[in-house]
Amino acid sequence: MSLDKATVAKIAHLARIKVPEEDQEHLAGELSKILQFVEQLSEVDTTGVAPMSSAAEMGLRRRPDAITDGNYRDSVLANAPDRAEGFFAVPKVVE
Amino acid sequence: MLALNRLSLAAARTGLEQREFTALELTEAHIAAVEKARPLNAFITETPERAREQAKASDARRARGEARPLDGLPIAVKDLFCTEGVQTTAASTILRGFVPPYESHVTANLWRDGAVMLGKVNLDEFAMGSANITSAFGPVVNPWSPGELGAWPRRLVPGGSSGGSAAAVAARCALAATGTDTGGSIRQPAGFCGIAGIKPTYGRCSRWGIVAFASSLDQAGPMARTIEDCALMLGSMAGFDPKDSTSVDRPVPDFRAALTGDIRGLRVGIPAEYQVEGCPAEIQALWDRGVAWLRAAGAEPVAITLPHTKYALPTYYIVAPAEASSNLARYDGVRYGLRITEAGDNLIEMYEKSRAAGFGAEVKRRIMIGTYVLSAGYYDAYYLKAQKIRTKIAADFKTAFERCDVILTPTAPSTAFAIGEKMDDPIQMYLNDVFTVPASLAGLPALSVPAGQGVDGLPLGLHLIGRPFDEETLIRVAGVLEGAAGPLPEPPFVA
Repeated sequence: MSLDKATVAKIAHLARIKVPEEDQEHLAGELSKILQFVEQLSEVDTTGVAPMSSAAEMGLRRRPDAITDGNYRDSVLANAPDRAEGFFAVPKVVE
Repeated sequence: MLALNRLSLAAARTGLEQREFTALELTEAHIAAVEKARPLNAFITETPERAREQAKASDARRARGEARPLDGLPIAVKDLFCTEGVQTTAASTILRGFVPPYESHVTANLWRDGAVMLGKVNLDEFAMGSANITSAFGPVVNPWSPGELGAWPRRLVPGGSSGGSAAAVAARCALAATGTDTGGSIRQPAGFCGIAGIKPTYGRCSRWGIVAFASSLDQAGPMARTIEDCALMLGSMAGFDPKDSTSVDRPVPDFRAALTGDIRGLRVGIPAEYQVEGCPAEIQALWDRGVAWLRAAGAEPVAITLPHTKYALPTYYIVAPAEASSNLARYDGVRYGLRITEAGDNLIEMYEKSRAAGFGAEVKRRIMIGTYVLSAGYYDAYYLKAQKIRTKIAADFKTAFERCDVILTPTAPSTAFAIGEKMDDPIQMYLNDVFTVPASLAGLPALSVPAGQGVDGLPLGLHLIGRPFDEETLIRVAGVLEGAAGPLPEPPFVA
């Protein structure tokens, strides 16, 4: 699998990372190399094999659905690049 | 007596218990060592004042007869663990200046047990790398680099991603350090710097408060100059935490008690598939030597097969980037971290510019690979396929452990290389983790123990893989290897 510039631009947008057009060609080459490296997985027969999504051989624990934490708005906001009146502030979303 | 910063953690603990020196004296010796070692660039943030306060509190506890397991012992913390009130960066521009309002579970356990924090140590950005060259705070230099401090003809890498942890411990700046391991990030740097490091079973240490890279693989563990020191550290780091849904609720054994030296009758698996093409002869010789040491101690080497080994790296380079792309979506310039925005930008432009400026090249590559393999039309061919092969890799180990009790391999396919080498091709760099990645995919405990030097005089490590939650057997066998190999000489630079 080899990626072209247009695909790199599309992935970059999906990943919300701005990639200037002059860098797309080079990045396409690097990403293609990695994809060619992982391509060898297609030789393995995985018919009937269940996917492994966790390394822990355990079911998820249950817990009471109770509020056990909270009420520290100011520390939650302390690292925000911009905040106003107790909220995170962002550029205008709706005109 | 040895300078206080050259003692092992266990010896320092005994010295404190016998009132040979105070925690404050021990801490001052380490603070001075950290300052002296600055050209290594091992620390991102030094916290000497906090260390002194903790040391004084420790001396007061000891005077009251209330000393705890690690009381007064100065350690370094990988800058991937959130520490309340102390900048935590993950070695990324995007988190520069981030001050967590909470403490990670593992570091909270260490402070509960009396340990003293010297500072936060460097790493590859978001723990993505095998040479500590992707840090936004610059590369770390391995104290094994020949030459004078700061005037090295070749600056050797410490390995990665826990490169600052390994360099700080090897240079005698800290008695021990915390590391994290996703595909080899504790074991490979431990090998490169001539120290020991344990990646426990997935679920043994809580991931809560550790900056996430690949959640199904990330695991915290100890790094120190001896296996005994690692065992002491692990005893404090491990333990159930309801805040991490994959934390396992089982008792934490006395890991140090596992160092009995008795491995008679133990079956040591030697996997045929770990003889990789192009691996230097000295690595094979090291491995053979390890087998001979264990045989001489009464263990029985057993040939085993792990047929899907060659697929572990490509599987890892789908699974880890996929999880990373999802985990790192949180860095959007809204709630914390870097925000880049110009007048008139909309929200999407703010995300794209902030992430472009905040992430380094390797992190961007991995996020984009992850985004691609999870995207519509490619999910089944790449991500689902890799998850299925992960199942087969884990099954290989299960089968192998019917015939053996522990698996012995080399830690890495080479000794430390220099900054600037192996950097043109990301795949070349990924091959560093060829021996460590399979155990990570299977969630198994594994460790690296110093086992001698290569022809270039640089340290080499041997790697042990164990059954789930059987860190004790690993520690027992590693103790035998450590004893047979004898202590390494000190690196060219020690603080």
